[in-house]
Amino acid sequence: MSRLNVNPTRMELKKLKARLTTAVRGHKLLKDKSDEMVRRFSVLIKQNKKLRDEVEAELSQTLKLFAVARSVTPAYKAEAAFAMPSVLLKAECGTGVIMGVDVPQITVKSENRAGKLPYAYTEITGEADYSVEKAAALLPKMVKLAEVEKSVRLLADEIERNKRRVNALEYVMIPQLEETIKYIKDKLDENERAAIVRLMKVKGKNA
Amino acid sequence: MTGKMAIVGDGDSITVFKAAGLDTFAAENEAKARSVLRKIAKDYAVIFLTEELARPLAEFLKRFDEAPYPVVLSVPSKDGSSGYGTELLKSAMERALGVDILF
Repeated sequence: MSRLNVNPTRMELKKLKARLTTAVRGHKLLKDKSDEMVRRFSVLIKQNKKLRDEVEAELSQTLKLFAVARSVTPAYKAEAAFAMPSVLLKAECGTGVIMGVDVPQITVKSENRAGKLPYAYTEITGEADYSVEKAAALLPKMVKLAEVEKSVRLLADEIERNKRRVNALEYVMIPQLEETIKYIKDKLDENERAAIVRLMKVKGKNA
Repeated sequence: MTGKMAIVGDGDSITVFKAAGLDTFAAENEAKARSVLRKIAKDYAVIFLTEELARPLAEFLKRFDEAPYPVVLSVPSKDGSSGYGTELLKSAMERALGVDILF
């Protein structure tokens, strides 16, 4: 390991010792943070997996129903029926914090302008009604999935960064400091010994 | 803060969500989807994107991973799920934990 380029003085030694204690404490803290983040992450990712499976299954069902509706209605009619939505969805966006990471928190708010369906029953077949209803029911879940999945991704990034920090401290910073401290100590001891020998020489005979 | 929600995808997969209250943006290929996303990313808080478009745009979509908003979520289109969402989940997990704990 390389040692830092410092003068071997008592002043430096004191400074380095202080840095070493800080580094060791920081390393411990970061390691604990990493452990807790991983725990939270595994909870989130399980939730994410479950939600995604549900959403994907329900969504394909919805789209299949809609495809049926499309296939029995002329395209221009279907376009016209869906051209003017009667419901407006808004997302109420906040941010939460998981272990120091800002994550989105979304709740869905719907504004009803006119009835539930954007068209008259005569315009299009019944399958369309079902699919619209299903889609509307599915949306809160999809938004929840969006929220969880984004949190998972943000947390994954943060865990990676944190891991790098922990490793830098553990394998670079701390060994470097330890080695430098040892070097300075050796050097100071050597100086002391030299001084004693010199004194004995000066005093004379018993050297 | 109140945000809007949108879905980007091919015509058949998104029309039904228009009735459910989302803003829809038709994009039949990845180039179109890219320009649409560029345009709407600032105004929308939640953007759903069909998997067919999300897969080739993976690199482009990385830029949305840094801040909490906008949230871009890939969803299956009318052709069913291609497992892309699960793949993304897996890669995030492998990056963070180094092992696969789910599958």
